[in-house]
Amino acid sequence: MSTYFNEMKSGGNVRLPYASLQDWVEAMPAALRNLKQAEAEALFRRIGITFAVYGEGGDPDRLIPFDMFPRVFTAMEWHRLERGIKQRARALNAFLCDIYDRGEIVRAGRIPARLVYLNEAYEKAVAGFRPPKNVFSHIVGIDLVRTGPDEFFVLEDNCRTPSGVSYMLENREIMMRMFPDLFRTNRIEPVDHYPELLRRTLASVAPQKCDRDPNVVILTPGHFNSAYYEHSFLADMMGVELVEGQDLFVEGEFVWMRTTEGPRKVDVIYRRIDDAFLDPLCFRPDSMLGVPGLMDVYRSGGVSICSAPGAGVADDKAVYTFVPEMVRFYLGEEPILQNVPTWQCAKADDCKYVLENLGDLVVKEVHGSGGYGMLVGPKSTKEQIESFRAKIEEDPDNYIAQPTLALSTVPSFVEEGVAPRHVDLRPYCLVGERIDLVPGGLTRVALREGSLVVNSSQGGGVKDTWVLAE
Amino acid sequence: MRLIVEHTTVYTYDQPVRAVVQSHRLTPSRCDSQLVESWDVAVSNGIKGGGFRDGAGDWVQGWSVNGPVSRVEVTVTGVVVTNDTAGVLRGLRESVPALAWLDETAPTRPDAALRALAEGAGDGESLALAHALSAAVAEAIAYRPGSTHAHTTAAEALALGEGVCQDHAHALIAAARIRDLPARYVSGYLFADTGGKPHEAAHAWAEIWIEGLGWIGFDPANGCCPDERYIRLGCGMDAQGAAPIRGIARGHGAESMEIAVAVAAAQQ
Repeated sequence: MSTYFNEMKSGGNVRLPYASLQDWVEAMPAALRNLKQAEAEALFRRIGITFAVYGEGGDPDRLIPFDMFPRVFTAMEWHRLERGIKQRARALNAFLCDIYDRGEIVRAGRIPARLVYLNEAYEKAVAGFRPPKNVFSHIVGIDLVRTGPDEFFVLEDNCRTPSGVSYMLENREIMMRMFPDLFRTNRIEPVDHYPELLRRTLASVAPQKCDRDPNVVILTPGHFNSAYYEHSFLADMMGVELVEGQDLFVEGEFVWMRTTEGPRKVDVIYRRIDDAFLDPLCFRPDSMLGVPGLMDVYRSGGVSICSAPGAGVADDKAVYTFVPEMVRFYLGEEPILQNVPTWQCAKADDCKYVLENLGDLVVKEVHGSGGYGMLVGPKSTKEQIESFRAKIEEDPDNYIAQPTLALSTVPSFVEEGVAPRHVDLRPYCLVGERIDLVPGGLTRVALREGSLVVNSSQGGGVKDTWVLAE
Repeated sequence: MRLIVEHTTVYTYDQPVRAVVQSHRLTPSRCDSQLVESWDVAVSNGIKGGGFRDGAGDWVQGWSVNGPVSRVEVTVTGVVVTNDTAGVLRGLRESVPALAWLDETAPTRPDAALRALAEGAGDGESLALAHALSAAVAEAIAYRPGSTHAHTTAAEALALGEGVCQDHAHALIAAARIRDLPARYVSGYLFADTGGKPHEAAHAWAEIWIEGLGWIGFDPANGCCPDERYIRLGCGMDAQGAAPIRGIARGHGAESMEIAVAVAAAQQ
């Protein structure tokens, strides 16, 4: 395991940002640790943070495992990440504005036309429409992995409705409650202003026809959704209403919300439902989750929808390959954050290589998420590899492959004590009138020894993520 | 020609509903083959909503009706001056690239029979191929009102061997897309001097993208390309996407619908 970059220790020495944690963990007796772990769990239960896991039987509402050992970035490390993340978020939005307008990047031959216009997530319904402030993706979740002191790679972009930010906030809250001393002895950048920044971001993209302080709401598919807790948490923290489709209706040129004092106009909808379900008069006619007529109001400037319908093209796993090109094309800059080299099985040469090297690669479905339907070659049995080979051969367009990355590790509390476990990072970049990024994000950790899959649906846990002040 | 359109759609509910919301594609396209002299859309007790020109160049207009309501009447009256462009669509401003119309949807999903029909249309250049596909569809699906319904797919109509203009258009779109020609569904009106024989005044046909020429209309139901007898309203991936009226009622009343369309030619 020495080939993996350990974020706390390099060559037997403790790296500076972790110095105080070394003392902290050494001074903590096992009994206290167990007590604290139980306390953390009780807190999460009380708050009600659970997530739904499908297809594994048992109670679908589970507690996400919380690991108390924080992950730490120096101010310098973060500074570079921040520039890279913001750069990427700007490029992704420029791309979306372009492909729904003149499509210059396609005309210039920098990305294949079919990949864009025949993409499942491309919405003809918004072609020619410019959302307020030219923003399609207002919350860009960029998944990063680290392989060395200065080596960061973008694993994927999430331009629709990335979830998990409630964990970032709750992890911090709980750490501060349980270990107040840590926050006195370390100068840790706060993250608790995220909800206010999110509210400001959403308000800043109020539609053309809004002439007052915008009324922002969160639209949820309902309590059976796996991220429902987050929807209600964010509504609470922002001080805005949490609504379901049936609470909203279209009358005249606007969208209205039913309240006990009568209808109230809605200006900005932060939706946590997919495009297909937004409006049965425009998309799936059988959708009961959306608001009939919403898209007509949206396209005539009566309401804003965040993220904008159609934003999904930018986070498609095949489009991902072209994001560095977007940075160069729209911003005239070199990408600060690198992509993971990706083979597209849709290309014959790539596919051949992938099939010959399945044992060494990670293979993903183009539209998959949540760690479902993927193959981690080095961790798979022969049968698993062969069954995946059959799937790829049957529908190559549906798969991409990447090298198995040597994900960095961070010490984590495990049964035997403290041991390194692999991590990734999802920061949440807010794009409205301005671009904001709170210093931190969600660190996901693969708690199973040797595992490289950090998804909560696959047994991953979470950690508090610190950015140290300069 | 100078065509006079009167088009009424009446929705009735067996018990009053709380509200009705509609999205209309009921305004003639702005293109070289037609010039609107007058055009009026009225919705009984309707509140006009937002309107905009979409990426395909259609004017889309929202409407809502507050309840309780048990009857909604949508009335379209207008006069359009048309001319024959041999089916070529010119002057329509749109921002959806032709390529995007290659995608398939449920009613236009190909099956083996549609593939066979498409592959059997020869190897002519695009325009000749499009004509051949249109002829093949007309040949394979006989015009017979009442044989199919609103949700019949192209594959089903082809298997049945009969259908109406919607089925012809769906089948032609499916066949064209199989041959890698972008295609779309067009809804509109047709004036027909049929000497008393029934015909479909509320009509539908297909447009096929021919590189270098642009969009060309094909009407397999009538074995021709749209000419001065046709008024174009809007387009979509299929009948649902191009529907002149899409609507939904809030409430439990069962809906029934009656349509009356008349297209007459004015004295020159």
